[in-house]
Amino acid sequence: MYKVVIIGAGIVGLSIARVLSMYENLSITVVEKEPDVGWGATKANTSILHPGHEEDPEKHPLRAKLCPEGNRIWRKWVEELDIPAKFPGELMVFFNEYEAKDALKYVELAKKNRVPGVRVIIDRDELKSLEPNISPRALGAVWAPTAGQINPIKAAIALAENAVENGVKILFEYYVTGIKVKSGSVEGVMTNKGFLDADIVINAAGVYADEISRMAGVDRFFIRPRKGQYIVFDPNAEPKVKRILHTMPTPITKGVYVITTTEGNLMIGPTAEDIKDKDDVSTSYDGLEFLWKEASKLVVELPPRSMIIRTFAGIRAEPSTGDFVIEAYDNPWGFINVAGIRSPGLTAAPAIAYMVRDLIRNKLDIKLKQKRFWNPYRKDIIKIRNRNWSEVKELVSKNPLYGWIICRDELVSAAEVIEAVKRIQGIGARITLDGIKFRTWAMMGRCQGSFCRLTIALLLKEYFRIDIGKITFAGPNSNYVIGDIKIIWRRGIRK
Amino acid sequence: MMYDVIVIGGGPAGLAAAIKSFEYGLKTLLIEVNDRLGGIPLQCIHPGFGIHYFGEDLTGTEFIYRLIEKVKKLGIEHMLRAFVMDIDVLAHNRKKLKVITPGRAFEVETKTIIYAAGARERHVFEVGITGYRPAGVYTAGEAQALMDLYGLLPGEEIVIVGSGDVGLIMARRFALEGAKVKAVVEIMPWPGGLTRNVIQCLHDFGIPILLSHAVVKIHGSKRVEGVTIVKVDEDLRPIPGTEEFVECDTVIIAAGLVPNVDLLRMVGVVIDPATRGPKVNELLETNIPGIFVAGNALVINDLVDNVVEQGELAAYGAKLFIENDGIPASRWIPVRRGRNVRLIVPHYVSGERDVKLYIRVSRPERDVYVAIPEIGKKIYMARVMPAEMITFSVSHREINSLNFLTVEVIRHGD
Repeated sequence: MYKVVIIGAGIVGLSIARVLSMYENLSITVVEKEPDVGWGATKANTSILHPGHEEDPEKHPLRAKLCPEGNRIWRKWVEELDIPAKFPGELMVFFNEYEAKDALKYVELAKKNRVPGVRVIIDRDELKSLEPNISPRALGAVWAPTAGQINPIKAAIALAENAVENGVKILFEYYVTGIKVKSGSVEGVMTNKGFLDADIVINAAGVYADEISRMAGVDRFFIRPRKGQYIVFDPNAEPKVKRILHTMPTPITKGVYVITTTEGNLMIGPTAEDIKDKDDVSTSYDGLEFLWKEASKLVVELPPRSMIIRTFAGIRAEPSTGDFVIEAYDNPWGFINVAGIRSPGLTAAPAIAYMVRDLIRNKLDIKLKQKRFWNPYRKDIIKIRNRNWSEVKELVSKNPLYGWIICRDELVSAAEVIEAVKRIQGIGARITLDGIKFRTWAMMGRCQGSFCRLTIALLLKEYFRIDIGKITFAGPNSNYVIGDIKIIWRRGIRK
Repeated sequence: MMYDVIVIGGGPAGLAAAIKSFEYGLKTLLIEVNDRLGGIPLQCIHPGFGIHYFGEDLTGTEFIYRLIEKVKKLGIEHMLRAFVMDIDVLAHNRKKLKVITPGRAFEVETKTIIYAAGARERHVFEVGITGYRPAGVYTAGEAQALMDLYGLLPGEEIVIVGSGDVGLIMARRFALEGAKVKAVVEIMPWPGGLTRNVIQCLHDFGIPILLSHAVVKIHGSKRVEGVTIVKVDEDLRPIPGTEEFVECDTVIIAAGLVPNVDLLRMVGVVIDPATRGPKVNELLETNIPGIFVAGNALVINDLVDNVVEQGELAAYGAKLFIENDGIPASRWIPVRRGRNVRLIVPHYVSGERDVKLYIRVSRPERDVYVAIPEIGKKIYMARVMPAEMITFSVSHREINSLNFLTVEVIRHGD
């Protein structure tokens, strides 16, 4: 039996956990510094399953190989794990002759990377039939039919639930302070909550992967955090897009996207800003204005600004090497880096996981034994939203709490909130308002929680005996309230 | 089962509508989404309610309890924690509602609907604030519910964004609990709330109001650590170099309300971009026959008395509708917005009934007339301001021969 510790419960770490959980001679622990899964780059990105025609195999061989592979594996995983996803195809839109010439390059790359169906479209009618709301100024587009979209935070949650079902242990609010290496082999990881034995340590620590790598004595790359800002519109905002639209990539970005998310919101983004602080998820006026300008080019028109319901930013792990760093070492033996997983990392994650398995098999020369009973399936929380009337009636009669609507915008019932909390407990995460939000989509609508947060807090008190003073948005130091209403007076009258 | 009236929403407009409908002898059902009747006034423990309606100065809670008691005494049928998922318009006098409530999902039919689902608050992402998204950011109404329904304190160093009435009242409310209210920040050059509230809630407590200022950025990754405040120019654009960091742990967004009309939109009710509520006639009926709207779902009011009055008017409309199988009117005269008028309700009048117009101006002015030029009628007002709704009554005799009617604000002497 080999003890495996995976550092980081993001989309990459959890994909690896899923694949490795198929083997009976691996005992797997994931350590995560946050109170829940997917709270790093996973929860805040463009949510695209890229086709793989933007990756140059000469410059970035891993990205070019793993992206189209990941796109294929996700199609199976989203079915098995009941993850919201769709595959509408994408149009990389160009506006002038110079860009048109550049576009041909992607058709070539598609051939090299064996991405099917990629071609340039310049016929206006065909463009319009693919995307009725494409800008009249578009000269043409590179059509890539295999492009898809996924709900990335729900993907992480699904992977975590399934991994736990298959015997993986996730330790939350554990952060790694050191890696113990003895005589050229890893022996375990040191954390804020004690030492964990390990024969294999897999570094999937996102923007912090360079620091973890150095702890193991591997100092051959560094991570530059790169920030992307986004704007999300009200689900009622029109016009929406049928396809994924984006401007031409530049050396640092994949362009600005206009998409309709898996949950039905129009969303635009991202910016691409190299920053210093790995936790800087702040939005800025200039960033959002840039998005507005770029996204406006792509579509007939954008909805009015009064229809914006959220702006946010996420951080991506840009490696100094350009390409993903996925490698095992002779020294320290047992340490595997899965670092610099920038775009198209979300797409590539399942393929990365299989590559890590192969490294364990081939490079570490460990013979893996397939489990006889391994459950590939997991079902999402049953929602009342988007059901026909007879299904609604059946749900409410089976579980009365489906008839208690908590979030009116996203139509989320008390039954779903309670189930979400049970599932948070089931993977050992901390119960937080954000955790409930990501699982139920309550507080994601046009009122952004101003009506339902309080109801949810009261429900946590009623059904789970949680003191409202202890409820947090996202773990320590993010309490919903500071205490009862007389707390200041009891401390003594202030000046 | 066929009702005459189903009232959606058990706040002041809905309660008043249900009471009046019942008193007219109409078969009435009241549907409320929360677990008690009353709506937002339940959490308004400050006075200023009912001066017109009851002739007494009551707190919101006292005011609404009088209506709730009346609903109970009259035995008006009502449901709590019930949510209307869908409205199906089967005929001009037949609508089917899909309703869910814990343990039960059912359909119910009615001749008319009075929609009184209130409003929602604009939140941090709708007012152009950038930066981080930490704990400690609340809408004013959410903070008020926490404090005055559940006895919980959101924070202790407060910056309030927006000087509408709710923001002003919350500034005082925080001060009363010993919290430090650092500033009330208002982007316009004038306060957004009633003058009496500026005096009683800010001046009396020494709380500064920063006019022509905006909060542009929130700092703090887990909990709010402060905000950046800037001065804005006449076009409400930030003036570079005027940025100032203000330390605080709580940001209260009091940037106005938006009528809650999603359900109406689904049925095809026409929305007025100025009020963000439905377009209605003088009986508060929408373009869908037999669907009436009252209270903040119709137009954002500043006095609960007006809200109640609208609920009662809608009930009268429902009665007329049922008696005549539709609202009797030979034609609808459009009401137009003239100089310095931001919004007017109603949008159409028949000329066959007396009308009360609810008007808001775009900008404050002194020494003006609110006028309807077509009939040469004008009322002098020493001062008008966006925060204070103006009401203007006209008799049907004055307007029955008109093809349209304009409301404008004109300067004295023009």
